[in-house]
Amino acid sequence: MKAYRKLRVEKIREGTVIDHITGGTALAVLRILNITGHEGFIVSVIMNVPSKKLGKKDIVKIEGREISPKEVAEIALVAPKATINIIRDFNVVKKEKVKLPDIVKDIIKCTNPSCITNSPEPVKPVFHVKSKDPILLRCYYCGTILDKNAIIKQF
Amino acid sequence: MFKGRDIISIRDFSRKEIDYLLRVAKKVEETPEDRLKVLQGKIMGSLFFEPSTRTRLSFEVAMKKLGGEVVGFSEPALTSIKKGETLADTIRVVENYVDVIVLRHPLEGSARMAADYASIPIINAGSGAEEHPTQAFLDLYTIYKEKGRIDGLNIGILGDLRYGRTVHSLTYALSLYNDITLYLISPEQLKMRREVLENIRDKLKFKEMLNVEKALPELDVLYVTRIQKERFPDLSEYERVKGTYRITLSTLKKAKKDLILMHPLPRVDEVDVEVDKTSHAVYFKQVKYGLITRMALLGLVLGVF
Repeated sequence: MKAYRKLRVEKIREGTVIDHITGGTALAVLRILNITGHEGFIVSVIMNVPSKKLGKKDIVKIEGREISPKEVAEIALVAPKATINIIRDFNVVKKEKVKLPDIVKDIIKCTNPSCITNSPEPVKPVFHVKSKDPILLRCYYCGTILDKNAIIKQF
Repeated sequence: MFKGRDIISIRDFSRKEIDYLLRVAKKVEETPEDRLKVLQGKIMGSLFFEPSTRTRLSFEVAMKKLGGEVVGFSEPALTSIKKGETLADTIRVVENYVDVIVLRHPLEGSARMAADYASIPIINAGSGAEEHPTQAFLDLYTIYKEKGRIDGLNIGILGDLRYGRTVHSLTYALSLYNDITLYLISPEQLKMRREVLENIRDKLKFKEMLNVEKALPELDVLYVTRIQKERFPDLSEYERVKGTYRITLSTLKKAKKDLILMHPLPRVDEVDVEVDKTSHAVYFKQVKYGLITRMALLGLVLGVF
C-alpha cells in the first residue's frame, strides 16, 4: 500500500519539474507556459497530492523544455511557493524557488475597465505587490486591487 | 518638499507634508492680495476632458490671483482629442507651453500616466471615480481652520460612502491623524467599500451606522454627501431612504453647538436651505478654503512658497 501512495510518475531525463504548485493551479501554470498538449513532448500533471507545507500541491513535469525567467515570474503570480527544478540526465542540476518581484509589469491586465491601461493610450499595466501571501496586487495607475482569483482567471 | 512634484493621489503624501501644505495655505490666507503676485510670468495649462465648473474655476482663479496666466480647454470635443490624439501626446505637446498642468480626465489612473510622460508638475483635478486629492486637501484645511485642529475629533461622513471619491480620499487623509473617531453613516447599499475599511482599520476608530440621529450629539464635524438616485435599482427604495439622510434644522437640534457641517457641493436637497443661516454651515466657506488651498499648492509645486 505504501508503494501505491508514492507518486507514480517516472523521473524525466531532460526538462523541468515544477513542484509545490498551489493545489489546483497546475492547469493555470500550463497555460502560462503555453502548453496545450499538442507540442509533442511528454507532460505529466499531478494534482492535489498531500503536502506537508501546502496541504495540497500540484506538480508539473515537462520533458525536453526549460522555462524562461519571464515564465518563472508569471508562475510566481499563481503559485507563489513553487520550486523549479531543471533536470539534465535524470539529475537536478538547478533548483530555485519562484520569487514574486515587487513590481509586476506587463504580465496581467487591470480588471477595472475604466483604468487608463485598458484604453488605447501608450501605457502598459503595472502592479505593485501589496501582499505576497495571500497575493494582492495594486494597480499603479488606478489603485484597483487584484486578488488570487482575479489573477488566475487571466491565464 | 513640493517643488516640481506631481499631485496625483492623497496616498502619496505623509502627514508631515499635508501639515506643511495646511500651514502654507494659512499663510496665503493671511497675506494681503497685492503681495501674492508671485507667479507672474508663469502659465498653468488647464486640461479638462470632462466638465467640472467648480474645480476648474477654483484652479484658474487661484492661478490668476497669484499673478499667473491660464490656457486650456474645458470642451475636449473642440480640440485635437476629437481627432483621436492620445492623452500622452496631448501632455507632451502642452508641456512645452506651460509650467504646470491641471488635469481632469474620465479614466482612472490618467493623471498618473500623464505625470510619467510629463517633465513638469501634473496636478490631478479628478481622474475617474478614483481620486480627487485637492478636494481632500481643502476638506482638511476647512477642518483645521474651523476647529483649530484635526487630531482628536469625532467626524461623521454621511451619504454615499460607496461611490463618492471625495469620501475615499478624505477617509484616507484622516487616517493619518491621531485619535479620530469616524462615524460612517449611510444606507445599507451605499456603505463604505470593504477595501477602504481594510486600509484604515488599524489607523483609526470607526463606527458604521444607518442613522444620523444617534451619532449627532457626539460629532464635531459632519460631512454630508449627495445620495444619487441612479445608485438605486428600485426608485421607491430611494424615496424611502432619501428623507432619512436629509439634514434640517430639526435634525440639528441634538448637535453640539460648535458642530461644523461640510459638503463638497453641488448640493441638491440633502441639506435644507434653512440650515445655511446657522453657524454650523461652512460649505460655502469651504469653497473659499478650496481656492486658498489650491493657491498654496500651485505656489508650492512651482517653487515660490
